[in-house]
Amino acid sequence: MTLEVAARAAGPIPLDLSLRLEAGEMLALVGPSGSGKTTVLRTIAGLWRPSVARVAVGGQVWLDTAAGVDLAPHRRRVGVVFQAYGLFPHLTAAGNVAAAMTDLPGVRRRAEAGRLLDLVHLGGLGGRHPADLSGGQQQRVALARALARRPEVLMLDEPFSAVDRATRAALHAEIHALRAHLAMPVILVTHDMAEAEHLADRIAVIEAGRLVAEGSVAAVMSDPAALRVMGLREAGATITARIAAQEGDGLTRLDSAAGPLWLPRIDGPAGAAVGLRILAHEVILSRARPEGLSALNVLAARVVAIIPGEGPGAVVRLALGAGERGAQAGGPEVGGAGEEILARVTRRSVAALGLAPGVACHAIVKSMSVGRDRIDMVTGNAGAAGAADRQEGDRDDR
Amino acid sequence: MDWTALFLSLRLAGWTVAILLPVSVLAGRGLAYGRFRGKGLVEALVMLPLVLPPTVFGFYLLVALGRQSPVGAAWQAVFGQPLVFSFAGLLVASVIFNLALAIQPAQRGFEAVPVALREAAATCGLSPWQSLIRVELPLAWPGILTAMVLTFAHTLGEFGIILMIGGSIPGETKTIAIAIYDRVQAFDMAAAGIMSAVLVAISLTTIAATYALSARIGRRLG
Repeated sequence: MTLEVAARAAGPIPLDLSLRLEAGEMLALVGPSGSGKTTVLRTIAGLWRPSVARVAVGGQVWLDTAAGVDLAPHRRRVGVVFQAYGLFPHLTAAGNVAAAMTDLPGVRRRAEAGRLLDLVHLGGLGGRHPADLSGGQQQRVALARALARRPEVLMLDEPFSAVDRATRAALHAEIHALRAHLAMPVILVTHDMAEAEHLADRIAVIEAGRLVAEGSVAAVMSDPAALRVMGLREAGATITARIAAQEGDGLTRLDSAAGPLWLPRIDGPAGAAVGLRILAHEVILSRARPEGLSALNVLAARVVAIIPGEGPGAVVRLALGAGERGAQAGGPEVGGAGEEILARVTRRSVAALGLAPGVACHAIVKSMSVGRDRIDMVTGNAGAAGAADRQEGDRDDR
Repeated sequence: MDWTALFLSLRLAGWTVAILLPVSVLAGRGLAYGRFRGKGLVEALVMLPLVLPPTVFGFYLLVALGRQSPVGAAWQAVFGQPLVFSFAGLLVASVIFNLALAIQPAQRGFEAVPVALREAAATCGLSPWQSLIRVELPLAWPGILTAMVLTFAHTLGEFGIILMIGGSIPGETKTIAIAIYDRVQAFDMAAAGIMSAVLVAISLTTIAATYALSARIGRRLG
């Protein structure tokens, strides 16, 4: 099931873009507010019709203004999680989920609604009305309802913007885990680069209705055009590491493709995978392995590409775990699982250090610069996070 | 106590509500969600009977439904009796006169359903009909209930139009309001007093029951 969208409109919301998503792929649509992100979703769902547009899903045309085709919203198999959830207040959680199964007989709806609520870790809360659920729980009901239609396209419109940080991390983990079950194209609208990077396969940056950058997470993150829209400070990359040990001085040791890392304490069992977002402007580069440095984390890396910025700076894409041997061979990465980080340095430093694609160097990351908000539990305790959120919701009710 | 007049009034009010319920839902929804040319004019026309003096409105209805009018002539050709000065004629007048009361509160009720919920219903695959029944009506019903209660109570008490179009034929067009006037004209103050009190009691009970019902359902919905 492939999703193809092309839309053009002069106003009131200007739009001029085209997108293509493959089955099972998650695209993050990122951009400042008012850039037209939500309008793209509304066009796909049939809630808005640009003056010239075409929407096709798996060969079936939903909208083609040139051919006069415009399927009513309820005839388009979409699942949408709205920003404010849009749950029906007069129906229970299970009722909300069952409401979206218009093509199933009543008996099967109940069972199916229960199964979907279990999937989003809300088993047992199906009888509650939305008003009796916490924000995170409402969000899960909205997700279960969106999936209940067995949609051909799933769309999440800033779904995590209304919940607190802890709940958001738990929901991120859950979406991550759910991805295995999702065979349809998924569009995630967000203005949070970290969220986009953490969850999506591909990022499209939109500004004033136009795509300014589109591609893999690594490519967009180092694209000057994208960074101009999103802000240079957003440039960064997420690497995966596993908790190795909790050390006595309050630090947690993690194992990564590029060697051990020490970060301020991260709660979790040994072996739990953790996504670490390392911001480009917090990385220092050195050709020689530095000695006598206060920074604890020195990662062996190899330059993949250097993208000059619009000012005096440049973004350096680095492949982790590629030591001198890899660099000397000039070929295959050693040890690294293809993980990359970004470093933002001045062009003067690029010249002074002689940085060029293939050159080996060391990336230095201060332990204290990787804040807790850039830590996401990827696996290992997603269920536990769900349970914690459930308890938190229960507390809210009292 | 003129029981015939009372039952006639209740019958008229009941039929008016029965006919106006679907009108209230469909027209209220159409005016709440529809974007069409002349919407303001339609809204004004619906409101007109409410501000016109009942005698003026009754006069026009008499002209429009009378034996010489196309409607009146057609009715007489089919049913063999005139539309005016009959229960059917009263019902037609009552339905038209109550349009504003039946549509306006329902329109407000539908307007109170957030557009986000209607969009959510559509993206959940609910057709416009399914959306009406499963999402909009459960949320807009207080407005529709108000509309029906107002229509019922108002029909029971209507006087001017009924006198203009129905006269005062016992068992056919002599409603409780007409009967009260009739008794006062005959200086039978005791009978007029009893009937007035019964009318007050019925109206009060209807409205109180409505409030109690909406409060209970409102609580259940949280």
